[in-house]
Amino acid sequence: MSSPPIPDSRFPSAEGVDLFSQQASNRLRSRLLIVGFIAFFAWLGFGGDWILWQYTLQAPPDAYRHAFPFVGTGLTLLASIGALIAWHKGPERVLWSANAFEVVDPANEQERRLVNVVEEMAIAGGIPRPRIWIVPDDDPNAFATGRDAARSHVAVTAGLLELLDRDELQAVIAHELGHVKNLDVRLMTLLAALVGAVALVSDFMGRVMRGGARIRGGGGGSRSRSGGKKGGNPLIIVVLVLWILSWILAPIVTRLLAMGVSRKREYLADAMGAQFTRNPGALASALQKIEHADAPTTSIKSGSAHLCIADPMGRRLTNREGFFADLFGTHPPMAIRVAKLKAMAYQPDVRREMGEKLQPR
Amino acid sequence: MFIVLLILTVLIVVWAVGAYNSLIALKNSVANAWKQIDVQLKRRHDLVPNLLAAVKGAMNFERGTLEAVVAARNQAIQVSSGGDVSKIAAVEGQLTGALHRLLAVVESYPQLKATENIGQLQEELTSTENKIAFARQFYNDVVTQYNTKQRQVPTVFVAGMAGATPAPLWEITEESERAVPKVEL
Repeated sequence: MSSPPIPDSRFPSAEGVDLFSQQASNRLRSRLLIVGFIAFFAWLGFGGDWILWQYTLQAPPDAYRHAFPFVGTGLTLLASIGALIAWHKGPERVLWSANAFEVVDPANEQERRLVNVVEEMAIAGGIPRPRIWIVPDDDPNAFATGRDAARSHVAVTAGLLELLDRDELQAVIAHELGHVKNLDVRLMTLLAALVGAVALVSDFMGRVMRGGARIRGGGGGSRSRSGGKKGGNPLIIVVLVLWILSWILAPIVTRLLAMGVSRKREYLADAMGAQFTRNPGALASALQKIEHADAPTTSIKSGSAHLCIADPMGRRLTNREGFFADLFGTHPPMAIRVAKLKAMAYQPDVRREMGEKLQPR
Repeated sequence: MFIVLLILTVLIVVWAVGAYNSLIALKNSVANAWKQIDVQLKRRHDLVPNLLAAVKGAMNFERGTLEAVVAARNQAIQVSSGGDVSKIAAVEGQLTGALHRLLAVVESYPQLKATENIGQLQEELTSTENKIAFARQFYNDVVTQYNTKQRQVPTVFVAGMAGATPAPLWEITEESERAVPKVEL
């Protein structure tokens, strides 16, 4: 299933106002981040192969020559296995750990309304109706999961059903189905697997290096021999130092990149939700209501935080704007999301409104 | 020279196949989006008798409103088999208008609203109306995409081969639907 085309993807305006140009600019930015992520991952793996290849280029015929890129291939394989496991077990595990129960036959008015709203949004998005789950938790939140658009799940907490009116519930469901339609679950599963593989290897390398330094201290003879050879090409040493530095920083860098992608996908899902409902104001007011209900969603584990409408780990981080929140949040600051949605609805933002009031009439 | 021509030909053929296939895919999504509207319209036709049966007893003196709904529904069922988009849009618009008036009347009968049956039916009707509106929105989006694509250069060159002709949008023709609702203070 391909993503829907955008009328003006050639002009990714920095602060597009209407929902289609916001979608376009978010798609472009998250694509750039993903390309950056993959490039960094490739450098971590195949960069090592290049160093080994250069290093063994002058080796005598009977010695080892690095011809096949084992490092990069191995790292990619490791990440692929992790992604496959997460792919097949992920949705069930997330729903199971949240204690969610499926709504098959609506038992009361609230559930009937939920089922109707999900059906409406599935029609608006042109995707099959996802399976519907309720999480017995008083904190308002919602998340989507599933392998693809045809086998997706959407779950809401009991607190959300209590808090929101029909239009706001519709907007939240539209946001979640926006994630489904954009295949964000697949994307974030893949990124999480890459981050996991890097963290695993980095940890392993750290142990080996600490252990290796002790062994090397004993047998200096072989080291001086090879040292004389690699002195011939300073470029290799520079690349080697850069590569080792990259590996030291890799666990943090990959995590930050994944968070960056996650935040861009949140904005995109907001804009997709606005496209489905054509009512961005409802999502803005839903987000404001959710923001003020300031309890952490205890039944949703941190591993699935990026799938939720609001960060389940408490909203303190997402409330704050600035450098730290920009780097480490799975979700963008609420105030900015609300402001963007209001721009889509052509409603004046509160801050701008206050500025106008200060001006003399 | 020959090689250059060969490569060019291959590139053009590959592009043409891709453009042709994308047009066919869009054409099928238009048909599918139309089916979605159709399903929801049928649902509404089936829902109306239940709604009428529930409100009939309490609303004996609002005959005109009830009869307008019945008439609009019967007309809509008649036209629905034809498959003419603009005609269906017109009569379904009338049914939408009639139902909205009926719901407005129901709002003014507190004892009627209090019965659980009506509450449920109201939710069902609201949802069905929404589903029709969203199906229409999706249909119009897909049609716009299809109509734009088949007229754009260079896709326009394979549009004839793919049998792509502009699909009709679902437009609101009913005056009452377009009119601004009257607010009485």
